[in-house]
Amino acid sequence: MERTLAPANVLPRALAWRSLGLEVRCEFLRLLRTPSFAVPTLLFPLLFYTLFGVMLGHGGKEGYEAPRYLLASYCVFGVMSPGLFGFGVVVALERERGLLRLKRALPMPPQNYLLAKLAMAMLFALAIFVALSALAAGLGGVRLAPGQWLLLGLTSALGVLPFCALGLLVGTRVGGQGAPAIINLVYLPMAFLAGVAIPLFALPPMVRTLAPLWPAYHLNQLAHAAIGQPAEGAVGVHLGVLLAFAAICFAIARRRLARAD
Amino acid sequence: MSLPTIAALRAVHKRYGTVPALDGIDVALRAGEVYALLGPNGAGKSTAIATLLGLVAPDAGRAELFGAAPQTLAARRRIGVMLQSAALPDTLAVAELLALTRSYYPAPRSVADVVALAGIGHLLRRRYAQLSAGEQRRVQFALAVCGRPDLLFLDEPTVGMDTESRTAFWLTLRGLVGEGVAVLLTTHYLEEAEALADRVGVIARGRLLAEGPLEAIRGRVAQREIRCSSRLAPERVRAFAQVRSVECDGPRLRVVTAQPEAVLRQMLEADDSLGDLEVRRAGLAEALGEITREAA
Repeated sequence: MERTLAPANVLPRALAWRSLGLEVRCEFLRLLRTPSFAVPTLLFPLLFYTLFGVMLGHGGKEGYEAPRYLLASYCVFGVMSPGLFGFGVVVALERERGLLRLKRALPMPPQNYLLAKLAMAMLFALAIFVALSALAAGLGGVRLAPGQWLLLGLTSALGVLPFCALGLLVGTRVGGQGAPAIINLVYLPMAFLAGVAIPLFALPPMVRTLAPLWPAYHLNQLAHAAIGQPAEGAVGVHLGVLLAFAAICFAIARRRLARAD
Repeated sequence: MSLPTIAALRAVHKRYGTVPALDGIDVALRAGEVYALLGPNGAGKSTAIATLLGLVAPDAGRAELFGAAPQTLAARRRIGVMLQSAALPDTLAVAELLALTRSYYPAPRSVADVVALAGIGHLLRRRYAQLSAGEQRRVQFALAVCGRPDLLFLDEPTVGMDTESRTAFWLTLRGLVGEGVAVLLTTHYLEEAEALADRVGVIARGRLLAEGPLEAIRGRVAQREIRCSSRLAPERVRAFAQVRSVECDGPRLRVVTAQPEAVLRQMLEADDSLGDLEVRRAGLAEALGEITREAA
């Protein structure tokens, strides 16, 4: 009966990794099996890209190649969603329904909760990137250097982070019923105001001036820079803004999460 | 009783706003025992359990789990938890939930063992949302025992189960207790506490009002219960000396009194057809009622 605490204290490293792996798998499967999340998240960027980038994407401004330019834009558009919904709605629901409580009572390594969701969001982001790339190369005739593909993939996978932090911030404050509405109110307007869903040059000057206020604007510029499309501002500034934004959201959310029941 | 204490609340105070949820409560669980925490809704049972699990930080006093702070992973690896309020992810299959929960423990039970113990073999491939309330409880129980815990927290474990499953569940639990597992049980079904508990703690308004072996708690009640079939109208029996309460259950009367002999003498005199007689000590429900009334 009487076991000492010391040996049980150390979950062998291999087992800890295995547990994290299972957590990621479960997180991914859960969302994949939730059509109200998976369908819009995976399909909307592809539909928009097919419509605006492939079918209607001819002519326009000089130096602007719609299939190529919009590949980057819709990668950003797609990447925003798993972060915002996967964290915002899921965390809000798990708080409300007591799963977070149960997980805390169980000996789950505490960092695994957020790490698994982070990995899930990155997996979804990569899936969106791969699907859009296939569409762009196949139907849009987009040709990029291998380094550019790589850089766009990297931007997509890591670009999900600030939106995870923003989603987490919402998820720790809003109830499970209200979260989808709030997240949609953040997601869609930001996608338009930041020049992601529609190129900035097609938007009114007022919107263009205010666009740098939105984190999606900065990720959008990075994505365009990654594939040699016209981008505003310096890469370092965009990176700095996104990092700072993610850090602030995460810090506030974490304080709240620590006492969230 | 020199068994080691494995979980304890020591003079714990906790307020929510101005409402005291726990008001200087002391509880200690010993290895291998089944301890039932009973009390009316809002008495502080959930807060007491949440504090023991490290989900709630006490304002004053402290909680201990296996001699450590409850938040310690090492301490939590020795417990299994079944919370009434926790909804598991709907879209995951039972086997996936089990695999994930087993991965939290250094030496979990084999899947086959858990399946046999909780009777969930036929549920493994099904999604959690497709299960009935009773089946979901069984899955939650499977997750609670899969880590080979020394202490099980069971919060209303048989809500949603039919009588048959409940009896089977009690049998399983007794088996685990026989292997040395301790249980902290909260339940609204007093027959459940009567069937399982070694010791009972009665809690109301954040304080422990009474604590002791089940028999001792029951023995605190002087009341006896007379059951019989009788022609007498309940109003008439109610008017007899020493009668505390009368309930009518079809043709049968249920009379509660501290003086069964005196009451029976009156009843037999008034009704020579009285039959089906049964006199017993009042159950845990009456004891609880009395203990919490005294404290009010």
